[in-house]
This record gives sequence, C-alpha cells and structure tokens, in this order.
Amino acid sequence: MGEIERANSETESAGPERVGDAPADDAALTPTQDARLRVVLAKLGLDGHDRGLKVVARILRDAGMEVIYLGLRQTTDSIVAAAEQEDADAIGLSMHNAGHLTLAPAMVAAVAEAGMTTPVVVGGIVPEEDVQTLLDAGVATVLGPGASATEVAQAVRDAVAAAEASAS
Amino acid sequence: MTTRTKPSIPDLYRDARAGNRLAIGRLLTRVERGGADADAVSELAHADAGSAHIVGITGAPGAGKSTLVGELVSHLVADGRRPAVLAVDPSSPLTGGAILGDRIRMEGSQDSVSTRPAVDGDAGTVRHKPFIRSMATRGHSGGLALAVPLAVRLFDALGFDPVIIETVGVGQVEVDVVGAADTAVVVATPGMGDAVQANKAGLLEVADVFVVNKADRPGANDVRRDLELMLDLSKVTGQEAEIGYRPPIVMASALEGTGSTDVLAAVADHLAFLESTGRRDERRRHRARTEIEARLAQALHRRVADLLSSPTGVALLKQVEAGDQSPTSVTRTLLDELLASTES
Repeated sequence: MGEIERANSETESAGPERVGDAPADDAALTPTQDARLRVVLAKLGLDGHDRGLKVVARILRDAGMEVIYLGLRQTTDSIVAAAEQEDADAIGLSMHNAGHLTLAPAMVAAVAEAGMTTPVVVGGIVPEEDVQTLLDAGVATVLGPGASATEVAQAVRDAVAAAEASAS
Repeated sequence: MTTRTKPSIPDLYRDARAGNRLAIGRLLTRVERGGADADAVSELAHADAGSAHIVGITGAPGAGKSTLVGELVSHLVADGRRPAVLAVDPSSPLTGGAILGDRIRMEGSQDSVSTRPAVDGDAGTVRHKPFIRSMATRGHSGGLALAVPLAVRLFDALGFDPVIIETVGVGQVEVDVVGAADTAVVVATPGMGDAVQANKAGLLEVADVFVVNKADRPGANDVRRDLELMLDLSKVTGQEAEIGYRPPIVMASALEGTGSTDVLAAVADHLAFLESTGRRDERRRHRARTEIEARLAQALHRRVADLLSSPTGVALLKQVEAGDQSPTSVTRTLLDELLASTES
C-alpha cells in the first residue's frame, strides 16, 4: 500500500514519460495529451497463475501507465499482434511454471522477427541461476518476488528508456 | 516506437496504407497524443476517408460489449470484411493510468485469423486481419472527443470497414462519440433496472439498434418488454415519429452463441435505411459539425486559459477579488480583449 503511494508520487514528479517529448504546440488544432507508457501484460503458454500479473497491472496503472491486459493462455503470436496494434512500449510476461527458459527467449525472438524493438520484461518465479541466461537471451529485466511497486514501475521505465536509446 | 528516431507522418501513412500494421499502430499513437502530428494525420486521412460504415457500441460496464464486439469481428472477417475496433476504456482520475482489458474479451476474433490475409479454400473469400486498438479516456476535457474521430478517420482512410467504436456509456463525451456514428448500438442486460430507468437514460435516445445481451439470463424478456414500451412511446415523440425508423431489439447470448449475426443484420439494415433515405449524408454532416465544434471549443478554451493567466487577466481577477469589479463586468472586458486579439 505504502509502496504504491510512493510509486504514485514519483510519477507525478517524473513528468512526461518519454524522452524527447515535443513541447505543447500552440498552433495545432488537436490538443496535445501526455505521452503515457503503454504496456502489454500477458501470461505466455499454459500457466494459470495470474494473480501476480493482476497485481502488476494495478501497480503500473497506479504509476500512471496504460496497461493492455491480455491475461491467460497467450501465444507469442497473439502477444506480438497486440503489441503491434497497441503500439506498446513494453511487453510484460509473468512466469510461474518453470517455462521461462523456453518461453521468454521465444517471446524475444518473436518480437525481433516482427521488426519491433519492444523490450520484454519478465516477472515471477525465476531461479537466480537462470536470470543471466534470460538477460543474455535479450530479456530486458527479470523481476522476482519481493520487488516493490516502485521497483516494478521503475524497471519498466528503465527498460523502455534503454530500448529507445539503443534504437536511436 | 521511439520518439527520437521519429519516422515522418507521410512515411508512416504510406506504410500504413500498404498494410504495415506497425505503422498503423504508431500513427494511432500520434493521433492520440495530439498536436501538429495529429493535425497532419487528419489532413492525410481526410483525402482517403469517407466510405467506412462507422458503428458505435455502448452500454453499462459489464454489459458484454467487448465479448459481443469480438463475435461481430469474427463474423465480419469470415465474410471477407476488414473491421477495425477502437475500444475506449476509462483512465484513473487520480494517476492517469489505465487498465485496458477489452482485448481479452475479443481474443477469439484474433485467433481465427492467421498473421496474413489468407484465401479461404472453400468460399474463396479473403480473410483480413482485424485491427483492434485500445484507447484510454485520459480524463482530459474533450481530449477523447477529438482523438476518437481522428482515429476513426484514419481507420476509414486505411480501408477498414466497418469501424467499430466501443465505449462505456457513462459519460456525455462517450455517449456523444457513439451518437456521432452512422449506427449506434446500445447494449442492455437483465437486472439493470426497470422501464423508468430505461426511459431516463439519455443513452437510449441515441440508439439505432438495441441488443438485449445475456439473453440466457432470467429477466431478459422483461428488458425486451421495457424497451418495446419505450419504443412504443417514441411513436408519439421520438425517432419513429420523426423519421419512421423504429430501432430493432436483438436478443443475444454469448454463452449460447446466439444473436451476433442478428446484430450484424440489424446494423446492416440500419445502414440500408440511412442510405435509402439520404440520412447517411445527414449523419456525416452531423459528425463533421460535432468534431469541428469540439475542436473550436478546445482552441478557444486554450486562449481563455492563456488570457486569464496573462498580466491583464491576473490584474482583472485581482480587482474582482478586492471587490472593485464584478465578475460580469470583468468577463465583458476580457471577452472584448479576446475578440480583439482574434481579429488582429
């Protein structure tokens, strides 16, 4: 609870979510709106443990982001399709069934194959010794149990900023 | 996706017209953020838009709109159509964040189609991939009222037809957005109140097609009866009295897999009615007028805000505070100032 509040107050002072946002354009006939991070959240494959993902959805919403919630039993194709149509800034996967070594790299590969640079953030139960393997496979960040709301939101922001920096 | 290596709007538009879905997604983001980019998209799209059937779908939260839209999209795709959906969900008024969960109910519509248009062996119809985009209301005064028509125009210009807008029918802006469609579908469910409620809600007055959803539930026929009663009254004063069109009531149940083709048929019938009576042009005029009005109001609103925070404005506000001037006299002075600055 307290953590979520801290995450909120941080967003307020953080200002625009993106780097290099143009200032409001007075001459434009369409008013400018804040750029908000858009994050696709999903469970990939046959993993029914979605409570963690729901908590993360709430954390990111409370951090001022727009969460496109796909929920259970998604495929790499369905997640890529959603990320494409929603112009997502990040993809968040929650993994609790020990499939991460297969599924997370498959997700990263599917994103790349679609010509996208969207970072993939993994959360859930990932043994310590597997973390580096996932990072080497191109996963942006791995968040374990005990990560605070502030850390989760910041990890997503950092992943997006890093992806934008490497794409430019 | 990155803001630093921004591809130009005309480049994105060209790619989007060629069917590049990443480009379509990015253009929609530019539209949503507003500003000069959104204006540029509007200019490009205007030349190519104007043929799509625009269908608004609204109803109370939990009425089953997204599930219904998912089914409609599946049928449309099977018929060789190329639908686009704009699913609008509310933002948190506190943090501005949002959880956009409409897609989850429309999954079937995506699964049924492969990643590229494929030719159906039997029927020989081309199956297009639908495009579904979630949009948060973002709580900005009138922001939604401008972002939605722009996004719809873009979909229209890119060859999507029909363009379906789904909103939660809770706010005036949401109702206006749906009311400005060619065909407005209002989704009702059992257990949401009696005939008086049905008459009270301004939502019902914009309906061209009613859907009683969750028709497998007890009370569905009561809802139908209440709606019929309300429509009977509109023979006296209302749409039926004015133009001779009585909105049909369609019973639908996602559980039993019934009604969605009937909804599509009713929507198509309404479009045929609009076209045969010349009312489709009237809807287009109304839509253009609504959008221009919203745009003008936004532009003026910004000028008013600027004026009030200018030295003149601040000084005048102080005089009101001190009791030297009345709010009306200060308004008069400021209005003259505003008009003079507009003329110059």
